[in-house]
Amino acid sequence: MASTLFDKIWQAHVVDVMPDGTAVLYIDRHLVHEVTSPQAFEGLRLAGRRVRRVDATIAVADHNIPTENRAGGIAEPESALQVATLERNVAEFGVPYIPVVDARQGIVHIIGPEQGISLPGMTIVCGDSHTSTHGAMGSLAFGIGTSEVEHVLATQTLLQKPAKNMLVRVDGVLPAGCSAKDIILAVIGQIGTAGGTGHVIEYAGAAIRALDMAGRMTVCNMSIEAGARAGLIAPDDVTFDYVRGRPFAPHGEALDRATAYWRTLVSDDGAHYDKVVILDAGTLVPQVTWGTSPETVVPITGHVPDPAAEPDESKRGQMQRMLEYMDLRPGQALAGTRIDAVFIGSCTNGRIEDLRAAAGILRGRRVAPHVRAMIVPGSGLVKAQAEAEGIAQMFIDAGFEWREAGCSMCLGMNPDKLKSGERCASTSNRNFEGRQGPGGRTHLVSPAMAAAAAVAGTLIDAREMA
Amino acid sequence: MDKFDRLEAIAAPLRMSNVDTDKIIPARFLKTIKRSGLGIHAFAGLRYRADDSENPDFVLNKLPYRQAHILIAGENFGCGSSREHAPWALLDFGIRCVIAPSFADIFFNNCFKNGILPIVLPPAQCDALMDDAESGANARIIVDLAAQTVSRPDGEAFPFEIDAFRKRCLLEGLDDIGLTLEKSPSIDAFEARTDAEPWRPKIVLEG
Ligand code: SF4
Repeated sequence: MASTLFDKIWQAHVVDVMPDGTAVLYIDRHLVHEVTSPQAFEGLRLAGRRVRRVDATIAVADHNIPTENRAGGIAEPESALQVATLERNVAEFGVPYIPVVDARQGIVHIIGPEQGISLPGMTIVCGDSHTSTHGAMGSLAFGIGTSEVEHVLATQTLLQKPAKNMLVRVDGVLPAGCSAKDIILAVIGQIGTAGGTGHVIEYAGAAIRALDMAGRMTVCNMSIEAGARAGLIAPDDVTFDYVRGRPFAPHGEALDRATAYWRTLVSDDGAHYDKVVILDAGTLVPQVTWGTSPETVVPITGHVPDPAAEPDESKRGQMQRMLEYMDLRPGQALAGTRIDAVFIGSCTNGRIEDLRAAAGILRGRRVAPHVRAMIVPGSGLVKAQAEAEGIAQMFIDAGFEWREAGCSMCLGMNPDKLKSGERCASTSNRNFEGRQGPGGRTHLVSPAMAAAAAVAGTLIDAREMA
Repeated sequence: MDKFDRLEAIAAPLRMSNVDTDKIIPARFLKTIKRSGLGIHAFAGLRYRADDSENPDFVLNKLPYRQAHILIAGENFGCGSSREHAPWALLDFGIRCVIAPSFADIFFNNCFKNGILPIVLPPAQCDALMDDAESGANARIIVDLAAQTVSRPDGEAFPFEIDAFRKRCLLEGLDDIGLTLEKSPSIDAFEARTDAEPWRPKIVLEG
């Protein structure tokens, strides 16, 4: 029978099947961070269990850590305790750990692919919903809760029922000024935040094939915002070129043999998908969200929708609440809306390619005087690369704050937060109420759009600055 | 994990769709290394005003819903992050069962690991239960896991679906990890067969 890419990876990892069809699924890579792991290690300790495969596990602190003055340690006592707890746990159980001061430190979803830890064909999990990012490698990667973190630590497996298959095919050629972020925002706008629930999304089509690995990661990253636990893209030469030479990837003859296997990881002709969505990239315009759910997205040339036009009463109420929270009026043009802050970074858009796209907009321009703009590279290596390329200096000269790697204002767990009422153009992935700080207002955009907004001091069509 | 068999309780009506995990528990409360004590932060953004006083309009601040053990909510409940702090916060508040037309996958899964029963019912039935819940302390709802029914105060019963394995784990309060460890020989055999595959290198950090 014709299989999808997901079916193939799934089949290759089934250890056992329970009578009711629940599979014991083998996990190849387990990425661990400080926020969702303390209770899991504590559980192991209480039950007298060990970590089954430390050589398939790697830990890093990213969510909680300050992005300035690393050498000064962590001032916030609870954050410091969480990181210290991680360090104690990895030492006690012998789990490989990338320390906060290590050049390779960064957001877990950036460093997995960057280090060659996340590879095609693997099952990859992490106690974080944006684990879907790693699906860009051609792997099955999904977020899990802390109980499951403990389960994987103890057994290197998970109890899972197979997901349904969904195909998102993006045809055509992405116009200049648009990026992978605009593709995925448009997809979420079309299928909604629950559109992929219960499914694994496979992204395919000419516009996906044409993306570099960074773009593919951006797309897979936000699968969870479309309700899907995982998103994946069949590996191809772009993937294999990316993998070659990465520290933890196979080398030499092993790489050749691995690549031969990876080439089989494509959906067969005639494979069945439970849902199919088709999009034309050719007609895309840079996207921006207006509400407090990622599906509330419009082209930057568009307007805030009018709740009065919404027939469903509960949806209408929700839209009204969103507009109130976001302080926007029905029918208002998004372009020209004044902003207070810009955040460029996160596991969605914190890679070197994203920083280059933002720098491409600046070219001598400066951040508007009333805007606080911040760039937080996704990893220490991305930061070093940007410094070597001279774009870090461009950002600093333009008036951006240039930070150390971490999650930062993507979720406001560390000191980088919006103040109540502040409006931010952000390259992150969630615009939920209070996500970037209590009362903060988030507009999700691409790196180019965020950089353009920083310069204009308002939301603006980045193509005007190209 | 506490067993779940039958629950007769006050249900709180939460008339909202897409309740995300940042709403259930904002990120600033995730800086804990424990599972317990998160109940006071459940729905913090809705439950408390800027000066930290209680918002009297929020349902869980109203008598009798302070005693609610069941939550009736709109579609796509629990969307957003994988944080298990969300079910921990609900559980610590006293919620043992959430009923909604649909749930986000990770949250749904996390509930079972903590003895919370998430129940999917058609929107019309959720609306009926929502209306029942509005009538407060007089309207107790009965959730019977063994029989797989939710009963309204007037006795009408709605059947619900649940995966057999998850049902058993909840009814018996079973530890997943213990169950999986019984499969250790299969895991050993899988590793013996696959460990040397070239696309699965071991992670070894120098230094
Ligand atoms: S950057 Fe944001 S979305 Fe990504 S892992 Fe960190 S907090 Fe989560």
